[in-house]
Amino acid sequence: MIGLQIAFWILVVVGIASALAVVLLRDIFRAALSLILCFLTVAGIYVTLSADFLAAVQVLIYVGAISVLIILAIMMTREVQQGSPSNKLRIPAFVVATLFLGALVFAMINTPWQIASMPPLEPTTAALAIKLFGENGFILPLEIAPLLLLAVILGTIVLVKEK
Amino acid sequence: MINNLGLDHYLILSAILFSIGLYGALAKRNAIAILMSIEIMLVAVSIAMVAFSRYIVPLLLTGQVFVIFIMVAAAAETAVGLAIIMAIYRSRETIDVTKIDLMKW
Repeated sequence: MIGLQIAFWILVVVGIASALAVVLLRDIFRAALSLILCFLTVAGIYVTLSADFLAAVQVLIYVGAISVLIILAIMMTREVQQGSPSNKLRIPAFVVATLFLGALVFAMINTPWQIASMPPLEPTTAALAIKLFGENGFILPLEIAPLLLLAVILGTIVLVKEK
Repeated sequence: MINNLGLDHYLILSAILFSIGLYGALAKRNAIAILMSIEIMLVAVSIAMVAFSRYIVPLLLTGQVFVIFIMVAAAAETAVGLAIIMAIYRSRETIDVTKIDLMKW
């Protein structure tokens, strides 16, 4: 149990630091690399929440696919030299984000959550499959998701195709 | 409070990550940097979903199912967003969002 807490705090520190690096670094390529680190720490956070399947999927989709896509786009747009400076709205954006964080934390701490005392389900893969494909499950959204992906594939090809 | 991990820890972590992403999405010039900030916001929401699922309905896994659909939507959004950025870069030679102002007044 104590090991879980140590792991959680390490993941929190690394995750927040890498998220800040994504936002604050001027070099867009280094920002993309710290985004990968942020995704990896989030996968670790899922492990501490005993969501093993989601942790694996997080590593596969975010760390594997989305990061490669983003780095490819950075390479193809040749904006690496210019970096990613802030625009004129930097200070208002900081104020808005801080106020939003304060409001969120205030609401979260003052809400009486009904915490269940049961231990979490583990492992989750079979239970998730039953939840997705079984009776009264999420089979209709699960069938719509491939349609969305198909539309995305076609739309991306149309958008990127040379005229 | 430090001795026992609770729902509040995960919710506050997700709030911090969401605010960092919000700041990035509002304050960056580069369109790809804005897209990366939006990814951070989506991931923060996913952490909140999994934490709710773990602490409030530990046996139902509803939050984890939502996170799977968030991942599908995030992948779709990234692919289409980057394709739009490529199309803009091809026609205007820049992805600085302060210079893409055809529809601004």
